[in-house]
Amino acid sequence: MKNLYLIAYLDLKESIRAKWFLVYSLVFGGLIALFFIAGVTESQVMGFSGLSRLLLMYIQITIVILPIFILITTVRSISGDRDSHILEYMLSFPISLKQYYWGKIIGRFITVYLPVVFAMIIAVIYGAFKGAAIPWDIFFLYTGLLFAMSATFLGIAFFISSFVKSSEVALGIAFFIWIFLLAFIDIALISLMMQERFSEGLIITIALLNPMEIFRVAAISLFDPQLTVMGPVAYYILDSVSQTMFVLLAIGYPLVLGMGFAYLGYKIFEKKDLV
Amino acid sequence: MIQISHVTKKFGQNISLDNVSCEFKKNESIALMGANGAGKTTLIRSILGYYHPDAGEVLINGLNPVKNRVDVLSHISFVPQLPPPIKLSIDELIQYVCVSADVDKELVKHYANEMKLDINANLSKSFFKLSGGMKQKLLIAISLAKKSDIIIYDEPTANLDPKARDDFYRLLKQNEQEKVLLFVTHRLEEVKDLVNRQIYMDMGKIVSDERF
Repeated sequence: MKNLYLIAYLDLKESIRAKWFLVYSLVFGGLIALFFIAGVTESQVMGFSGLSRLLLMYIQITIVILPIFILITTVRSISGDRDSHILEYMLSFPISLKQYYWGKIIGRFITVYLPVVFAMIIAVIYGAFKGAAIPWDIFFLYTGLLFAMSATFLGIAFFISSFVKSSEVALGIAFFIWIFLLAFIDIALISLMMQERFSEGLIITIALLNPMEIFRVAAISLFDPQLTVMGPVAYYILDSVSQTMFVLLAIGYPLVLGMGFAYLGYKIFEKKDLV
Repeated sequence: MIQISHVTKKFGQNISLDNVSCEFKKNESIALMGANGAGKTTLIRSILGYYHPDAGEVLINGLNPVKNRVDVLSHISFVPQLPPPIKLSIDELIQYVCVSADVDKELVKHYANEMKLDINANLSKSFFKLSGGMKQKLLIAISLAKKSDIIIYDEPTANLDPKARDDFYRLLKQNEQEKVLLFVTHRLEEVKDLVNRQIYMDMGKIVSDERF
């Protein structure tokens, strides 16, 4: 276990010093700051107001940009080390592949998860300081959703990283996955529905398989499920599944998906040539 | 100590190791030579357990380096030809080495001092920001502090000035007993005083193997 913690600790320290981490933290911290400066907490649009509105806006933007941030910064984790011969040297020490791989995942998970949660915590503290009511139910839901989302895309990124030899190819695949999943949130699904070529059941299944769509619907599900801003597919989903069930699904399924991809990545890492 | 039996390793259509067999025993210092692409690095990486051979077997002290990598690698020190751009600080890199391989930190500092590398003044510096020579000196110090039975050096003196080379050879002389020393080199004259066996590889095969 000491080697697992060692790898996680050193990866965390290395990541925190990296420029991408600074940009990453600034983007999410900056988003919150921007919302406060723009007076989002004082506005009331479509029934949302105060901190609820701010958190909702934050999560909606985060759902789109967090996956690509995680994919781009993580996908090169192992393939980049392989490219630059770092892996060749670091793995010449008696560390099991299991400890190396999972240690890297733990370290990287903390790195990508903490800034997005800290940004929310700062928002809540600042909001409370300004006298706004704190929507704890939304805060805890979003903390769980961000946890699950980070795990999903981290798992996918490590999976790609484990079999791709060059980090440029890894980046390309990561970008493609992001665009693909992004396309299959409501925008593309609406056009499928309008064409009436596929049954509603199939479209809802496609939506439910897409972690980004699940996060999007779950993020908004604590509000009125009749809201038009949700989009037709989200409306259908919340109409057919109970809210609690959906929230559990929205956290559980992506977590299992992320762990599954991470495990597959580990198996490939273990079976293939290391360098 | 190292037994390589009929090992073949292919990368696509390219045969990098072609039915290679050899054995390295205690107290042998071997110069592994050959042109670029001869299969030297593939052979070393197979010994380190990085590659899964397509045929044949590599055994280190009777253990398969792929299946028993932790046991096998606790007996091996390795210094690559070019120090990799590790972004850890020197202190963190030493921590990695000391915790993972149970190496004494003071011993790393001792060998670094012997290589005329002042570690204490550079502890917080990123490894990749050191000069090529300093990086190589630190990796050599780590390899010696690890007290391994098998030491593998891939062109270890490529970045070293003549004085540092002398320090390196002196330290190796002091530490070569009861070990297997494997040097990948293009310049036999540099390690001639250290080695007692010379292997020449070409096209993935061992074409000559001389002891002296």
